[in-house]
Amino acid sequence: MMMRRRTTLLSGCTALVLALGATACGGGEPVAAGGGDQALSGQTVSVAGVWSGSEQKNFQKVLDAFTEKTGAETRFVPTGDNVSTVVGSKIEGGDAPDVVMVPQVGVLQQFAKKGWLRPLSKTTEKSVDSGFASVWKKYGSVDGTFYGLYFKAAHKSTVWYSPEALDQAGVEAPETYDDMLKAGRVVSDSGLAAFAVAGQDGWTLTDWFENVYLSQAGPDKYDALAAHDIAWTDASVVKALTTLGKLFKDEQLLAGGQKGALNTDFPGSVEKVFGPQAEAAMVYEGDFVAGVAKDQFGRAIGEDADFFPFPAVGGGEAPVVSGGDAAVVLKDGKHPEAAMKLLEYLATPEAAAVWAKAGGFLSPNKDLDPASYGDDVTRATAESLVAAGDSVRFDMSDQAPAAFGGTKGVGEWKILQDFLRDPSDPEATAARLEAAAAKAYED
Amino acid sequence: MTTALVKDAPSTTPPAPAPADGRRRARRRGRLVALLFVLPALLLLGALVVYPVLFSVGRSFYDASGTRFVGGDNYAEIFRDPATLKAIRNTVIWVVVAPVLLTGLGLVLAVLVEKVRWATAFKLLMFLPMAVSFLAAGIVFRLAYDEDPDKGVLNAAVVSVHDVFEGASPYPTVRARDGQGLHKDEDGSYRTEAAVSPGRTVALPLVGLPAKDLPDDAAPAYGAAAREAGPDELRGTVYLDFVPGGGGKQGEVDREESGLPGMTVEAVRDGKTVASTDTASDGSFRFTGLDPGSYTLRLPAANFAAPYDGVSWLGPTLVTPAIIGAYLWIWTGFAMVLIGAGLSTLPREALEAARMDGANEWQIFRRITVPLLAPVLTVVFVTLVINVMKVFDLVYIIAPGPVQEDANVLATQMWLVSFGGGNNQGLGSALGVLLLLLVVPAMIFNVRRFRRSQ
Repeated sequence: MMMRRRTTLLSGCTALVLALGATACGGGEPVAAGGGDQALSGQTVSVAGVWSGSEQKNFQKVLDAFTEKTGAETRFVPTGDNVSTVVGSKIEGGDAPDVVMVPQVGVLQQFAKKGWLRPLSKTTEKSVDSGFASVWKKYGSVDGTFYGLYFKAAHKSTVWYSPEALDQAGVEAPETYDDMLKAGRVVSDSGLAAFAVAGQDGWTLTDWFENVYLSQAGPDKYDALAAHDIAWTDASVVKALTTLGKLFKDEQLLAGGQKGALNTDFPGSVEKVFGPQAEAAMVYEGDFVAGVAKDQFGRAIGEDADFFPFPAVGGGEAPVVSGGDAAVVLKDGKHPEAAMKLLEYLATPEAAAVWAKAGGFLSPNKDLDPASYGDDVTRATAESLVAAGDSVRFDMSDQAPAAFGGTKGVGEWKILQDFLRDPSDPEATAARLEAAAAKAYED
Repeated sequence: MTTALVKDAPSTTPPAPAPADGRRRARRRGRLVALLFVLPALLLLGALVVYPVLFSVGRSFYDASGTRFVGGDNYAEIFRDPATLKAIRNTVIWVVVAPVLLTGLGLVLAVLVEKVRWATAFKLLMFLPMAVSFLAAGIVFRLAYDEDPDKGVLNAAVVSVHDVFEGASPYPTVRARDGQGLHKDEDGSYRTEAAVSPGRTVALPLVGLPAKDLPDDAAPAYGAAAREAGPDELRGTVYLDFVPGGGGKQGEVDREESGLPGMTVEAVRDGKTVASTDTASDGSFRFTGLDPGSYTLRLPAANFAAPYDGVSWLGPTLVTPAIIGAYLWIWTGFAMVLIGAGLSTLPREALEAARMDGANEWQIFRRITVPLLAPVLTVVFVTLVINVMKVFDLVYIIAPGPVQEDANVLATQMWLVSFGGGNNQGLGSALGVLLLLLVVPAMIFNVRRFRRSQ
């Protein structure tokens, strides 16, 4: 126990430093590209997005491939975390980027409502109709007009586990939620806690809830709840909370019990499973867990870190909760023609393959050859996402007003944290959620 | 600054010539020059202080979008919303506790420091935290207060002190396998459900220990479990009922399963412990010389007591005191140095005279030092009250997400509702106005005191 202090302290520091550093962003140098002998040479398309680091580098590869094809030069403008503020001020300042990669469906709707967006071209629409499940087009459309092309997707229905721990306990990846809890109890008999839950970060709890709810109540109810057409006091919500509470109230299943879970942040929860001193066998979160397990703890993905899809709850379909970055074209951009061409290119499997090869990327494009992905686990994640077809749903808390679904210490985050602290009364929790939602959705 | 300018400007103009209208003209010119000098400051004040204040007051009467006039609704909301009420309560705690503690601590330290040899070094040390930014200090304290003793240095200290006196239990994670004849009591101990009597051999199945955490001397329990008990002895095995990789029969001692050495076992009869023993390396134990009859075997809770994990500094109840502690760390030096400066200007004669009259040090402190220092203490106190009202960064950084609402003060709440997701700048402005109203009395007091001292 004592030996671990130094390493965890160190990684705690790193996490904090990283969190602070993440707000800084690099400068947007123009990236010139040569070989332009086609129609668009001489034009420069500027693309704004939240990406930095390796994501920015890999996206640049896609842009370079576009340059090679069309001759148009490209410029990536990093926006930092707050896309809507940065893009808004750029539009006001007369320096609007041509294309923006929008990270949340709520922001896309906000842009469309402000009249900033240009409907996408017929060619793009056609590629999306043929290559994407229709749900992606739906999330890219506002009031029936198609504005956003989902280029990069996230898969938030993956439970990551340490194969060694499951082998030690002699259990297999479960197919249903109840099996998962049963497997968890066997794991806990073996001396390891079953789940590391990152209760200090409210968003991981909303993701838990969304998966259970989507599977148990079905996509229609999910959509209704996301739009707040049904109240959070609905029986289906209480049922989902009760189901989730079965896990939360079982001290054997949570690493450190409820108190330990509330004191664990997301990187900490990955560390509890894949770090040097394993304390738990499984951690639920999106496909990005693999990145943390690989980069921070040196796990070989597919060998000593693997995933199973979030299991089906109560006879429903297994849920696939997702999210993604949508490319949109701004009305105020200076090169609308080249921008449209870029989106037409991004809609092709060819463009997706460029980033898929580089890694850290999932495409919702059905036509993309799975062989393009660099490793088996990413391929399996991508296949699961594509196979889910129209039953894919976007993260509900991302669709809600930020005051309800996206703010530390208030709204859904806080209420689910209180639920984790004391899961005994799902009805009261549902009532509190409804009160908070009613307030946030009001305007 | 401005007052100084206004006052000084006329006197710096050269003395006017004798005639009355000439003097008046000169005075007018003087006033003009003064105004010219003050103008930049006035402009800045207007743009950076007066205009924002007026704007906030106006904004506080509109709703979140800023288009609909709602009158006093935002102010009513302040006293309706439980989160904001909690923030007000916390601000009150801060304002009452922090300045008093700081002034007191500063005074005591300043008086004591006068008497030590390395006074300057000590003052320097106490003043150092002032040079650390609140953000950095917040991060440091967030880590220091961490609940996990492996991360938080405070809890590490608390736990090690506690463990020296209490001693850690050998098997904190271990528990009985459900439905295999062991019953858990309220106090965390386990007892056999069926009565046992001498001449029997019993197996007590436990789970929840990773194979790698078994003590080094643990040996397989299979042999011991098969041994027959003599007529007057009660035998048994405490073992880990889990085969690595699964398999094995629950509740039975399989070949691969290990005994748990060093476990205390008690034989209980009629609620009284009649014998106690520790298990051997293969988990076996035996009681000999027991009177015939039926017994209950008990595994006392001390075997399983969860490790003491310290104080939950950042839990809902302690979070505000904990953050005030961090604030004290930063500001004590400030209070001490300011009070120390006042102390050095005290008339030595008064102290000497008191000493001559036979006053002891406490009487001198109580009757002479403190009354003479009162003006300085008031300055320090009022400055701190104003500073404490606007505390933001420490609260925002140190409080973890789940307890943020319990730690919020008016300033953080104002920011959170305006920009931190709520995006209700109407309510935020109302909170800002409330904060202003609370600071104003302290300001007026300070300004008046300042005037009087001039």
